[in-house]
Amino acid sequence: MGMTLTEKILANHSDAASVEPGESVWVNVDVLMTHDVCGPPSISIFRDQFGEDARVWDKEKLVIIPDHYIFTEDKYANRNVDILRAFAADQDLPYFYDVGSEDYKGVCHIALPEEGFTRPGEVLFGTDSHTCTAGAFGQFATGIGNTDAAFIMGTGQLWVKVPETMRFDFHGTSMPPYLMAKDIILQIIGDIGVDGATYRTMEFGGPGISCMTMEDRMTLTNMVIEAGGKNGVVEPDATTEAYVKQRTDKPFEPVYSDPDANYHSKYQYNLEEMVPMIAKPHSPDNKARVIDLEGTTLDRAYIGSCTGGKLSDFKAAAEIIAGNNLKIDTYIVPATTEIADGLETETLNGKPLIDIFREAGCKIGQASCAACLGGPSDTFGRLNNQEVCISTTNRNYPGRMGSKESKVYLASPYTVAASAITGKVTDPRVFIHETII
Amino acid sequence: MSKQHQTIKGKAFVLGKNIDTDQIIPAEHLVYSLDDPEERKFYGRHALSGVPDEQSGLPQGNIPLVDEDQFESEFSIIVGGPNFGCGSSREHAPASLDIAGIEAIIAPTFARIFYRNSVDGGFVIPYESLQDLSQEVKTGDKIEIHPEKQTVTNITQDTSYEIRPLGSVANIVNAGGIFEFARKEGMIDVKN
Repeated sequence: MGMTLTEKILANHSDAASVEPGESVWVNVDVLMTHDVCGPPSISIFRDQFGEDARVWDKEKLVIIPDHYIFTEDKYANRNVDILRAFAADQDLPYFYDVGSEDYKGVCHIALPEEGFTRPGEVLFGTDSHTCTAGAFGQFATGIGNTDAAFIMGTGQLWVKVPETMRFDFHGTSMPPYLMAKDIILQIIGDIGVDGATYRTMEFGGPGISCMTMEDRMTLTNMVIEAGGKNGVVEPDATTEAYVKQRTDKPFEPVYSDPDANYHSKYQYNLEEMVPMIAKPHSPDNKARVIDLEGTTLDRAYIGSCTGGKLSDFKAAAEIIAGNNLKIDTYIVPATTEIADGLETETLNGKPLIDIFREAGCKIGQASCAACLGGPSDTFGRLNNQEVCISTTNRNYPGRMGSKESKVYLASPYTVAASAITGKVTDPRVFIHETII
Repeated sequence: MSKQHQTIKGKAFVLGKNIDTDQIIPAEHLVYSLDDPEERKFYGRHALSGVPDEQSGLPQGNIPLVDEDQFESEFSIIVGGPNFGCGSSREHAPASLDIAGIEAIIAPTFARIFYRNSVDGGFVIPYESLQDLSQEVKTGDKIEIHPEKQTVTNITQDTSYEIRPLGSVANIVNAGGIFEFARKEGMIDVKN
């Protein structure tokens, strides 16, 4: 019996020649990532368990990327960054992206690929549930807690229960001009439910995947955790290889699912038949077609986060916003400093994206997680009252973006931009037909 | 210590389905130090503070796990619906429930990372029930969990239900966490 990509990576990183879903194996870790929320407690457990003078198992493999609570007056949040800073200095860590320095990057899940840490065939753990984003590169990547992270810091290993794999095949040879990866993943999560992939891998493939950019694929794998998935994965191809080789010189060995691999279940989607989707409050699986919610009144639009704050997301939003006035407060938060630079250099009809957003009256924040997960009360874009927000982020649980009284709709950058113009939930196809097609 | 075999008794606190980690401990509270005894208490105070009021302490609702001026709860067992602990990887979630005085959670299914964090960190014990007991148990009911018999008894209602065995994580639960387990297995040096 063959193995899926995920099974093969786990086997390659353990003592086992082959693995089967359900069994537990100890795997060797290629990269451990942590950030400012979970880094300090992980460091504390590491020191407590391995001793005050303990050294991390391999400083080349530990990556620390502060991103969550960066631009805040909150003294405790700032203390967290101080703890990371001291630890990185003490351990002489080469990959610490300090706030306020030239190295500062922003959101870890986007910074990891930008800095070349998402390599096919490898094992990456991170103290953040959206670590699964890196599966877009054919890597086994999943989120863990502080104790597990501390364990890896000391040993370079962690136990993993081998997940069953669910396969999602996309048919079609191109993405329709109004469709974004966000629509696709909201459709899938709505179909299988927020626990539809619990303890499992979501593997994306089929002919349709080859027309998706790395950014598209990252949006898909980013949100597998919203279906309970352990990891999401896309088989590496020429697109993957081109991206990774541009970002790192380190060698890597791509791994592919065997043709006779055993799958828990298989799903088929035709890209050409898919339409803009939205998740209603308060759950990512509370799906609807955007067209069916048209007219729903909104107070705020938010474009940012690891799933919706990439340069391609802002290009899409700018295509719709260009030349229009906005009816509601619209927040723009680039995921990383590289993307923030891209807003200045990337142009649409000769105009930098940042100017398009500024002229439309958008409020533009600094690269970070910002209001995606609430955070301290002074967090940029945080919902502090009964606002109704349409957002490109990945979660709309009660109170996720701040106030328990607020409501969040999740949608693609196209849909969020179209809705920002009208102040109501709006199917982007109207604007796209006018401006693009 | 053999946590797995101890009978756990206490008052039940009932929640619905898809209780996510933001509801268990909202992100704004993740800044307190877990090491500082004074700051640590605030995780207990704010445990489950993100649950919408009407869904907190079912079926009545509007019951906080921890009273406003307190740090610990009068409840020690959570009975939840499916997909308990979905969302982020924040270990502060099971830690905050532990700090609030919760010993075990009974739910038909758990989200993967929360389950794992509960076990590996040696916090609350996650027991999977065969049926959704959040539809049967009322907040305040006296509950007993008998791990060896794989049953839960509702003393107040005089009913009994099955729970699943802990399976492969039992050794880690028994040891009290992944570090204790690894030391027992000789995987890492015994400290001290």
